[in-house]
Amino acid sequence: MTEAPQTLAEKIIANAAGRESVKAGEVVTCTVDLAMIHDSGGPRRVKPMLERLGVKVWDPTKIVLVSDHYVPAFDAQSAAILKLTRDWARDQEIEGFYDQQGICHVVLPERGHLSPGMFVVGGDSHSPTGGAFGAYMFGIGATDMAGVLATGETWIKVPATILLRWNGALCDGVTAKDMMLKLCASLGMDGGDYQSIEYTGSTLSGLSMQERMTLSNMAAELGAQTGLIAPDAVTAEAIEETGGEAGDWAHWSSDAGAGYRKVHEFEASELSPQIAAPHSPANAGSVEDVGKVAVDQCYIGACTGAKLVDLHAAARVLKGRKVAASTRLMIAPASTRTTAAAAADGSLAALTEAGAILLPSGCGACAGYGAGVLAEGEVCMASTARNFKGRMGSRESFVYLGSPYSVAAAAVMGRIADPRPLLAENKIS
Amino acid sequence: MSHELAAGRVWKYGDGVDTDLLAPGTYMKSSMEDLASHCLEAIDPAFAGQVKNGDILVAGKNFGIGSSREQAAEVLRMLGVTAVIAKSFGGIFYRNAFNLGLYALVSNDVDRIEKDHKVAIDPLTGRIINETTGDRLACEQVPEHLAAIVTAGGLIPHLEEKLRKTL
Repeated sequence: MTEAPQTLAEKIIANAAGRESVKAGEVVTCTVDLAMIHDSGGPRRVKPMLERLGVKVWDPTKIVLVSDHYVPAFDAQSAAILKLTRDWARDQEIEGFYDQQGICHVVLPERGHLSPGMFVVGGDSHSPTGGAFGAYMFGIGATDMAGVLATGETWIKVPATILLRWNGALCDGVTAKDMMLKLCASLGMDGGDYQSIEYTGSTLSGLSMQERMTLSNMAAELGAQTGLIAPDAVTAEAIEETGGEAGDWAHWSSDAGAGYRKVHEFEASELSPQIAAPHSPANAGSVEDVGKVAVDQCYIGACTGAKLVDLHAAARVLKGRKVAASTRLMIAPASTRTTAAAAADGSLAALTEAGAILLPSGCGACAGYGAGVLAEGEVCMASTARNFKGRMGSRESFVYLGSPYSVAAAAVMGRIADPRPLLAENKIS
Repeated sequence: MSHELAAGRVWKYGDGVDTDLLAPGTYMKSSMEDLASHCLEAIDPAFAGQVKNGDILVAGKNFGIGSSREQAAEVLRMLGVTAVIAKSFGGIFYRNAFNLGLYALVSNDVDRIEKDHKVAIDPLTGRIINETTGDRLACEQVPEHLAAIVTAGGLIPHLEEKLRKTL
């Protein structure tokens, strides 16, 4: 019997549904391998729901809980949310509880929780980040999550796959973040149509895991349910380094001849740094077309833009330079391990010597939580994923998005600027 | 089976109404009542204070794009909104809406509905009647598994029924 070729998404979902195969458009019930929740949408929302249902969590070993939104507590309300989170973790005997260790999407793979082929739900919209590890991971709301925590199952409408193929190598100073802003501008924030995106092509094999995570992370900004990348040796090595299990990773790829709804092709070598103007990631274009925009604040933070590779990128621009007097640079490393690694390799010193202000690891100002929010009329250049109106503070503030290279360049120049000349100068000196 | 919703007054918005507009992050740690009072204030400061029980939101493409925060749907329910009709929805919001007892209806005919029109909906058969203009508009039928959830009053009451049956 010859089986019909399947996409990676169909393979993972069929496995989770206990089926030989599934077809795009079917509604199936899947067994959940792992559920990730955080302090904002987690215990404080699901606790009363589970109490109403009269159940405890279905399997505490399959739950990872991360405090990252209200950290560290900055008033009595946020302190109460964090206390409730800790109490619930203890009551439900959740061993995978990371309290103030960083942002969930970065902490989850950092601690070896993801493996290729897993079916994973996360109580946060940037959950597609797990797709970089070959896991079908997607975001759900708290009530859906309560359903998962009570039963260990959830429903899914099997998605079609949209293939995004990137060919060639990126130029120095151009990153996965620029690829994503380009995609947001080209396909729109509904280009993913809540289907599964799969990234492929020669560009991908040259990207580190953390860069791949940026691609999968911002599948959310394309409106996709997830953003998969078929695992390769780079994936397997990264997983094993963190004590995770790569398993039979080579099995988890789309079959030759699998059906895609659409295939889009892009050329990486032609890509310039991309900047998204307020108030949408889809409002993006080349840095050369932005014009002179003075910035009050530069922000390197969030699950999208404050991983170790992102700090390295910023440090390459800022090394030996100073943040312009007319602006301020704030950096919230994505996790405590990110901070430790950047301290050990000297990049943290390059950032702080340039005048960067370090903020705690967490979701922070990206979503208007925590320190570093904006006043009315202020302009910010940020390495985050979203620049929706009012998201980062005052509803009359303005957020531009770009790569950490571009944020660092804006910090040096006091205005939005192309990072490539600064990188070239640093190379010569 | 008919589940016609009583005719509601329309609030009309454009494309890409995101979750940060519906449930602003600054107020996410506050009570639901406080959060609801800031719903859509960045684009329509009058909305939260003037919306009435039974009102209906009509919008363009990609309604509810952004965060997974289900408070974006919950505040609309709290303010009395019974349904959102849009050209398309952010996928997470769409699930959240049904889970919280809010109808999310996909219709390409939203351009034929204006602010303050009175609109009646039969979500399970996919019929919209614009009582102001007399127009009959089409919307996609609510899928069976979601209809079961929303008619139970949301996912938690639906699961309560299910768990009771398995005992």
